[in-house]
Amino acid sequence: MPDRTKQQPAQKPAEQENIKTDSNFLRGTILQSFDNRITASVSEGNNFLLKFHGTYMQDNRDIRDERSRQRLEPAFDFMIRIRAAGGVVTPQQWLQLDALAHKYANGEIRLTTRQSFQFHGVLKWNLRQTIHDINLTLLDTLAACGDVNRNVMCNPNPYPSEVHGEVHEWSKRLSLHLAPRTGAYREIWMGEQAVVPPLQDEEPMYGPTYLPRKFKIAIAVPPSNDVDVLAHDMGLIAIVEGGRLIGFNVSAGGGFGMTHGDTATFPNLGWILGFCRPEQILDVAEKILTTQRDFGDRSNRKHARLKYTILDRGVEWFKDELQHRLGWRLEPERPFHFEHHGDRYGWVEETNGKWHLTLFIENGRIRDWEDYPLMTGLRTIAQSHDGDFRLTANQNLILGNISQENRPRIEQLVQSYKLGDNQRVSALRRNAMACVSLPTCGLAMAESERYLPSLITKLESLLAEAGLADDEIVIRMTGCPNGCARPYLAEIGFVGKALGKYNLYLGADFTGMRMNRLYRENIGEEEILAALKPIILRYAQERQPGEHFGDFVVRKGLDPNRLSTGFADNCGAGVPPAQEVVVEQLSGYRSGIEG
Amino acid sequence: MSGFSFRVDKSPFNQHQVEVLNQLLATLSPDQVIWLSGYLAGMQGSAVGGNLGQVAVSSASSPASGTPIVTAIEREVTILFGSQTGNAERLAGEMKKQLEEAGFSVTLSCMSEFRTNNLKKIKQLLILVSTYGEGDPPDKAVLFHEFLQGKRAPRLEGVRFSILSLGDQLYDQFCKTGQDFDARLEELGAKRIHPRVDCDVDFDEPAKAWMNGVLNALSSEGVAPAKTGEGGEVIERIAAGVVSAGATSGAAIAAQTVAAPAFTRTNPFTAEVLENFNLNGRGSEKETRHLKLAIEGSGLCFEPGDSLGIYPHNDPQLVDEVLSTLGWNGDETIPVGKQELPLREALIRHYEITLLSKQLLTQAASFAQGGLQNLVQADANEKLKAYTRGRDLLDLVRDFSIKGIPPREFVPLLRKLPARLYSIASSFRANSGEVDLCIAALRYQAHNRDRLGTCSVHCAERVESGDYLQVFVHSNPNFRQPADPDAPIIMVGPGTGVAPFRAFVEDREESGAGGKSWLFFGDRHFRTDFLYQVEWLRWLKLGMLTRLEVAFSRDQGAKVYVQHRMLEKSRELFGWLQDGAHFYVCGSINPMAADVHAALVNIVEREGGKSKEEAEAYVAGLREQGRYQRDVY
Repeated sequence: MPDRTKQQPAQKPAEQENIKTDSNFLRGTILQSFDNRITASVSEGNNFLLKFHGTYMQDNRDIRDERSRQRLEPAFDFMIRIRAAGGVVTPQQWLQLDALAHKYANGEIRLTTRQSFQFHGVLKWNLRQTIHDINLTLLDTLAACGDVNRNVMCNPNPYPSEVHGEVHEWSKRLSLHLAPRTGAYREIWMGEQAVVPPLQDEEPMYGPTYLPRKFKIAIAVPPSNDVDVLAHDMGLIAIVEGGRLIGFNVSAGGGFGMTHGDTATFPNLGWILGFCRPEQILDVAEKILTTQRDFGDRSNRKHARLKYTILDRGVEWFKDELQHRLGWRLEPERPFHFEHHGDRYGWVEETNGKWHLTLFIENGRIRDWEDYPLMTGLRTIAQSHDGDFRLTANQNLILGNISQENRPRIEQLVQSYKLGDNQRVSALRRNAMACVSLPTCGLAMAESERYLPSLITKLESLLAEAGLADDEIVIRMTGCPNGCARPYLAEIGFVGKALGKYNLYLGADFTGMRMNRLYRENIGEEEILAALKPIILRYAQERQPGEHFGDFVVRKGLDPNRLSTGFADNCGAGVPPAQEVVVEQLSGYRSGIEG
Repeated sequence: MSGFSFRVDKSPFNQHQVEVLNQLLATLSPDQVIWLSGYLAGMQGSAVGGNLGQVAVSSASSPASGTPIVTAIEREVTILFGSQTGNAERLAGEMKKQLEEAGFSVTLSCMSEFRTNNLKKIKQLLILVSTYGEGDPPDKAVLFHEFLQGKRAPRLEGVRFSILSLGDQLYDQFCKTGQDFDARLEELGAKRIHPRVDCDVDFDEPAKAWMNGVLNALSSEGVAPAKTGEGGEVIERIAAGVVSAGATSGAAIAAQTVAAPAFTRTNPFTAEVLENFNLNGRGSEKETRHLKLAIEGSGLCFEPGDSLGIYPHNDPQLVDEVLSTLGWNGDETIPVGKQELPLREALIRHYEITLLSKQLLTQAASFAQGGLQNLVQADANEKLKAYTRGRDLLDLVRDFSIKGIPPREFVPLLRKLPARLYSIASSFRANSGEVDLCIAALRYQAHNRDRLGTCSVHCAERVESGDYLQVFVHSNPNFRQPADPDAPIIMVGPGTGVAPFRAFVEDREESGAGGKSWLFFGDRHFRTDFLYQVEWLRWLKLGMLTRLEVAFSRDQGAKVYVQHRMLEKSRELFGWLQDGAHFYVCGSINPMAADVHAALVNIVEREGGKSKEEAEAYVAGLREQGRYQRDVY
């Protein structure tokens, strides 16, 4: 570790820091809490530690009041997030997860916006067995949540790049390299005996207090920016020359979490720091992570993400610190070009002659509907599928690496289970994404996944009216401002404010490289439709050839009074002017609307 | 001592002796009577036929002490009661009061507190005992019943007795315990003062008749004692020497009688329903209602462990089906007690129509087709039992084509709709203006029809907040917290059996009782059926509840019940018992209470290093000490 002066937090550490310190490398009293039969909950401290193990407690908020009147505690259960670097699993693993979802969870699987699987509704008494069984599938949940490096995202769609396989390998190596080393995971979930005497340094990279906050990595393979590469603490953009992977542009400091009304918090796109060779990325990732470990704010968790660490000290400082730790300098960033950040649906053939089919899964929710037996269909496919399953960053699913011989059978199954029917949905719906939100998410302020489909139906008729039925516009919705569905990169973004009320954001580009800005605040459905209708009608009439909706909105500067109130202005009130200047200077992608 | 006199036909003396004795007795002062009776009693054991001449010379000395008296003994009545829910005990208290008013000296005792070696000394014995379950004696009567039925029972020639038995017609072994005592006492040579009376759930009238009968019989037999206060006092003082145990119970009964509220079983209070909601979370297979009733200003008061009686209404839909099947017009009036009521209303509010008794079937047979007559034949008892199980009046009138009978002839055959008792789930001390109940709605299928519990479904479906219920407090002195607030308590209450324990703990929160407390609760599913979960968690946190074990039977492959949790914690549980803990069980008698009992014996056996017999004796000891109390049904 470089011998540099670490900035020790002057303020009192956040409560969570003490929990980590006292946890004996994430053990806490998690095991004991499973023996407590009189509540389905665990203590706040254990719940915090459980996040590092990939699970945390939720409750069905729909029935919270009702249960409280009935003298019953909230309907506590657990969400389990399953990590799969780059989102790739085998058919065998798919079948095992499907079985576990039925045995211990609510019988559904969620595909997340970060290429993970989620189980919901797992009871405390089944938690241990469920995570144990997940590990038997050779997947795991370690560090799926918590103040550590989370699932490493990676473009799962080979088309049209020849290097995706190699890039995926790097995502797996990164994931492994940055994984926590604590024996707590194996002791708690796999029943391993604790080492006696305990190891002095169980976490050579993280140390006993891990990171100040979560840490996310994503890898994009241009021309697709499906992972929204700049939205993560660390981003890697694959640079391909002559069909070969020569390295990655490296970005740092992305992150979307913010708090309504707290102007010191805001979403941020990462800064591209330079370029490195493939074999250097483990080193680069480790040094970015440890810099954040040493300098991140450990007293205020709302100010603890890497973006604030960099903003507080400047990008140049960060780059210097990183290069000092590396002992070498990054090369200048290489040119790259993104065309979109949505998914491309349907069949594609890879250079090796294998086939891939991308299926639209609305909001990543896998279950059986009455006329749409999605879960059963996928299970049946998995029984005869000779390739793999790939989760996209947009909550969709790729049936990957299908052999020429197997393709007709898969096609037939897709048809008989109506899995393709959903592909005929509107371009608007295919490009939409919503977080889970109510009733299970504790942070949710408004509906999201349960509401967006019906709002889209209304927007569809608006678009049809304008003659835009086949146009792709990226819509995203979250139930709170923390940004799980990356709403700040949507051409039309909705962020929940209160039940039935949303902040409306407009003007992001089509490739995930420019954030949108706040257009209207705290409005309900009627106002949403009223606000969007004239813009959509004008877009239909006045757009330039090939011009995307978000770009059009910005070019027109529609309602300048509204559009000028973006994030920078939002945070202006509470941030010292000097800092604001720094923000403006440094943030190439930061200001919502260029020009 | 006027009023005292012997008669030849009612005493062992001849005409001459009677005259002399009466002459003498008329001149004696109360103190002289005491002296004489003590003297004669003392002589009995040692100097039979001793010299009366010595009486005069030793006039200054005290009467022999510690032994029962002879002359007053015929004015002495011993009342033994075996009570499960408190009815027999209450009636026993009433009997005592009436006898005392008539000048008798009464020893009142619970069977479990009665020393069986005193049996032979008794001359007049009254037994009030209930029967519950399938012919079982009440918990506190078990040992006495066993003793009397067994070989150790003494011959009881010279003992005179009468039995009042309480029971429920709907059970096959109706009033069996009372019948057992009646037959056995006769077998042992005792003579009846008054014939046994068996009471159904609507016991007030027959019990009153029995008491009057007993009083008349005793009074007319020449043992009617002096009614003067003076004389009464004398007898009371003398009798005090004979009373061994049971004094506390007697006092408790007396206190209760004095403080008897204006609203009773026969004069129920009309209480407003303040709250009525389902305690089971959505998705549950069960429905358990929490009712809160307003009793402010009613004068009703209760102790933790007491029950509330509710007079329910029958399901109007069921009544209508009965009416149409019988071809009756519901508007027609019929006499109910002293008033005339429309038939429909009478059936809804006043008559039992959901349960069938043998008596009803027997009486209805004359109106019915042949099938029913065959069923009530003496040798068809088993068939009859099988038929009545799970069937109601609608089945009866349908199955046997009972039709075209005038309501005035048929309705009187029906039993009066009795009140249903529910353990009170709140503490009077904590909130005297309200009473909480926890009632499981009973719904099931039998004989191809949906069946609904009369009172529970009435409360679940037809009573909303703002409505009213007719209620009374039913005291249950056999289910009481320890007198010592520091004594630990163990409470086993699965399902709605947890109700009285909510009252216990709420009461302890209010009183600040310092004893440790341990609750075993169970139901089907943790998620939806953990009754009052939030309250238990709060009490645990505050220390009002020391420990809580739960068993949810259907959350895993193997069914787990409260007794399994007891066994898991057997060491600690036995430790608590050794530390003087009181053990309470409330809930269904079968199989729960039986399984819990077996587990308790098992724990004592295992942890106490005892044989099975020793463990059973230990548990029986707990019962006798009042440290093992049950409210099971």
